[in-house]
This record gives sequence, C-alpha cells and structure tokens, in this order.
Amino acid sequence: MLPDELKLKLEKMISDAESPREKAIDVMFEIQELQGWMSDEAMVEAAGLLGMTPLELEELATFYDYIYRSPVGKYVIKVCDSTVCWLEGHQSIIDYISARAGVPMGGTSPDGLFTLLPVCCIGYCDRAPAMVINKRVYGKLTPEKIDRILDKLANSAEFHESE
Amino acid sequence: MPQYPQVLFKNRKPDRVATLDEYRESGGYQALEKFVGGAVSPKEIISLVDQSGLLGRGGAGFPCGKKWAAVPESGAFPRYLVANGDEMEPGTFKDRILLHVDPHCIIEGMVLSGYSFSASKAFFFVRPSYESSAVILERELEYARQAGFLGNNILGTDFSFDIVVHRSGGRYICGEASALLNAIMGKRPNPVKPPPYPTEKGLWDKPTVVNNVETLACVPHILRNGPEWFKGLSATPHGAGTKLYGISGKVNIPGAVELPIGTRLSEIIEEYCGGMSPGSEFKACLPGGASTRFMTREHYDIPMDFEDLKKIGNRLGTAAIMVFDQKTCLVGATLNLIEFFARESCGWCTPCREGLPYMRDLLWRIENGEGKEEDIPNLRRLCKEVWNSYCALAPGAAEPVISLLDFFEDEVRQHISEKGCPFHAKADH
Repeated sequence: MLPDELKLKLEKMISDAESPREKAIDVMFEIQELQGWMSDEAMVEAAGLLGMTPLELEELATFYDYIYRSPVGKYVIKVCDSTVCWLEGHQSIIDYISARAGVPMGGTSPDGLFTLLPVCCIGYCDRAPAMVINKRVYGKLTPEKIDRILDKLANSAEFHESE
Repeated sequence: MPQYPQVLFKNRKPDRVATLDEYRESGGYQALEKFVGGAVSPKEIISLVDQSGLLGRGGAGFPCGKKWAAVPESGAFPRYLVANGDEMEPGTFKDRILLHVDPHCIIEGMVLSGYSFSASKAFFFVRPSYESSAVILERELEYARQAGFLGNNILGTDFSFDIVVHRSGGRYICGEASALLNAIMGKRPNPVKPPPYPTEKGLWDKPTVVNNVETLACVPHILRNGPEWFKGLSATPHGAGTKLYGISGKVNIPGAVELPIGTRLSEIIEEYCGGMSPGSEFKACLPGGASTRFMTREHYDIPMDFEDLKKIGNRLGTAAIMVFDQKTCLVGATLNLIEFFARESCGWCTPCREGLPYMRDLLWRIENGEGKEEDIPNLRRLCKEVWNSYCALAPGAAEPVISLLDFFEDEVRQHISEKGCPFHAKADH
C-alpha cells in the first residue's frame, strides 16, 4: 500500500495533466523513489490512480529502461556501452565495477547496494567512458574515479541507515 | 583559430548556466516583445522563419517554416508544441550542452513557435540521463513565468502559453516524432505511419508541431536579426545559420562547438578539437550520428552542410561527428552500432524486430572469426529489406552497415579470410 502522503501527491500530479495516463512515467518514478522498484501491488495501485488497467501500465513498465519490475539495489549503475564509450574501453569499466562491487552484469551486490546494468548511449560522448547511477551521470571514468564514487555512495548509504 | 560569430553559444560560461538577466542583456526576449507583445501577425513569423532557410536540427533537416505552416488554419484547438530533447542517438549530445548554456534562448524560441500557430501548451520531452537538464529547465521556466514571458497573458496580451517538462522512461524510439507523441500520451511508444501528420492530428488528435531543441533556439535570433542575417552566418552559399557540432571519439578535445554551417570537417577537427588524439590518424567518421554512413579520408575537407553531405550520398543528421582512427576495427564499431539499434527497436514491425538481430548475428560472426563469404551479400540484402519497416529506425541502422561494405570491404574480407579480427592481434586496442 502506498503511503497517503505519496498518494495525495500523485493524485495532484495526475489532476494537473491533460489526461491521466500522461503521468504514467512520473507516477512510477515517484513510487520507485520510495521503494526502488515496481512490485505487482504497486503496479495495480498505480494503474488505478492513472485510470489504466494493470496490463496497460505493464506495457509501459516493461518498455522503458528506467522502470524496474524486479528488485534493484539502492544504486542502479548503468554503464554506457554505445559507440564512443566502446571506443574508449567501456568493457574494462564494466569489468572493474563488477569486481569492485562484487556484482555480475545484470545482478545486485549481496549487500543490496549496487545493481549493474548495461545502457545505450546516455548522451555524454564528450566525456566517455561514462555511466549513470540512478539519474546522476559520471564521465571520463578511470578506476580511481570509480573507487571514489562507489566509496562515497556506500558511505552515504550506511549513514542513512544508521540515522 | 578563426573566431566565428557565436549565436546560440553567445552566453556560454565555463562552469554555469546563463541567467535570465544575462540572456536579456544579450538581446534576449526582444523578439518576444516585438512579435508577441506587438501583436504581429503569426503568419509574419512563419514567413520570416521560412525565408531564413532554417532546416530542422534533429536529423531530418525539414524546413522549419514549412512545418509550422502545415498546421491548418481551420485546425482544431488546443494546439500543442513538442520540443524534442530525447537526443538518444549515439554520438549526439549538443542539445544537452545548449540547455546547460542558455536555457532561455530555447524557452523564447518555444513561445514564439507556439505563437506562430496558436498553440497553448508545449511539452519539453527529456530523457532520464538528462535529469540535470530537466531540473535546470524547470527552474528557468519559473523565472520566465515570473518575468511575464510565459504562462497566462504573456506580456499583458491575449496570448497564453505554458511549457511543461515531460520526463521519459528512456528508450531511443521516443525520439521518433510519432512515437514521441505516443510516449507523451502515456501509450506504448510505437511509431505510427503518417498520414495524418502530427501537424493535423497529433497529441490527442489535435494539431501538434514537433521541433528539435536547437531548431527552436535559432528562432528568436532569426526574428530579431532578420532572415538575411541568418543566411549570412553560413560558410556556404546554400546553407543558413550556425550549427552546433558535437565531436567525439579519437580527437584531442571532444565537445560541442558552434560554427558556421558548412565549416569543413578538417577545420572542425584540427582547429576546434585540437586535432586527432596522440598516435591517431583519421580513418573515418560518422558525420551525423549513428544512423549516417561512414565517411572516409577522401571527404576530409567536405563542408559539413546538409547539401554537401547529400551530394556524396550521406546525411548531416544531427551533426554528431564520431571520429575513428586507424587502430579502430570498423567491423567492431558497426557491430556495436547494430547492437544498439537491435536493442532499441520497439519491436512493433517485423523487418526491424527480426532484421536487426539477424544483421547483428552476421556481423558478430565476422568479427569473431566465424564469418563466411556469403555473409557479405546477405548483409547487403538485409540492408535493403529493413526499408520495409514502419519508421526510420531500421533504415537508419542499415546506413553504417552498407557504408562499411561499400568503403571497407577489404577490412571485412580480411576478418573472414583470417578467421578473426585483425585488430585484436595488434597491440593496445
């Protein structure tokens, strides 16, 4: 069940739109912000708010790269594997992150912090090789830079949990 | 290096976005005050933009004024404008830079465009990896509203027009105009084959114009300085305006630069990108994104304009120039491009859904030493077959493949005869 506060926010968002389903992605993003992914229960509830059948929403959820229908880590790392990043050695970046975070491509680390996924061109070809974590982009990646980024994320996650 | 007039990048700062005040000091919102504030006939705006020769900057190069004029006078209301900021084609990043340089130039262009065909609402469509751009835009839109340039009764006139940022869930096909409209309406973003065209029946069956971000940003400058001034910015007699070139790959300084449209490729690379990377020699480039053809050393001095590239059977596309050097295996590069297109196919029509994975399979075999002589004619045949698909995704995907076979057949054959990639055997790549 979605918390009432979020539900009110979503209802307001939907009522401001030209038509309810225009907000389908925004609604799913908001729910993912809270619980990380779109569970079957969340799909049913979101579809209800949007005036869609769960199947209609499923058509969208399974279509897009940034909607998750299975659980993901707190941080979803997507390494660009398109042309310019390929040219700049994206495979070594994937291998490094995979070894460093203990997560195979497509998997989630045992501590639930990191999920590693491939992604097509993220539009940062001028800063290749690049990756996006949740919705933040990091470019000109080197092993040292990756260490710093992952350390920082892991530390901030611990901090939030102990709060 | 020669210094050319900066129009779209006039207010470019090394580390931050130009503010509304800075944009105004550079002449910003004067066109809006003159045309919308002065209640100049919308037809006059369309006519000026048409005379300027502004061609769409999103890839297809369609005349902007003609597109606006295609909205029928008797068309229904409300009417919509969509700024296409999806920019998901590999190599393309100029619109992101523009958004981070001078967002108000885009906002003013959108209001003027909306006024020209009596639209009341615009959607700015933005991809998930451009979240920082979306945040900037939402902030600046609010400043524009407070200043009276956007929202209800703009500059005290009868004209009301607002812009909302629409976040995408992230798929390449959303950049295709008809798929984009489905995406905004919350439907599965499959392309729809026209007619009817969006200018007649677009969002919710109402007249809708879809423009690229850079195209819209040119509009205030054209209206303020006149169509002849805009034409005069070009390096070639047949071109019009400046162009944002996004250069990436094996050059010293990758990035986006604003130059007269039709600036020579050699000048772009040598003067504005610091030349090729150390130890790299120019082998080929894709001149306008992933769905254009490999261009060889023979055309190193070509003027980078719509016309000139068309003459050699290529396309300017989005002017996203990806540069490859002599150490790059172009079979590998093409395999990577086809991986992208096969993954990003929406799957709606058969030639694209089935044809692209087949092409990927053949290229994979060639790259990995399992290629056969007959794979070459088979690839050529597939490049033709995919033209039977609904939209331009699969025909675009075929462009690098067909040009690989046309210009680098020896390299492809070497993979087949040596049963493997000759570049893998060599050092450091």
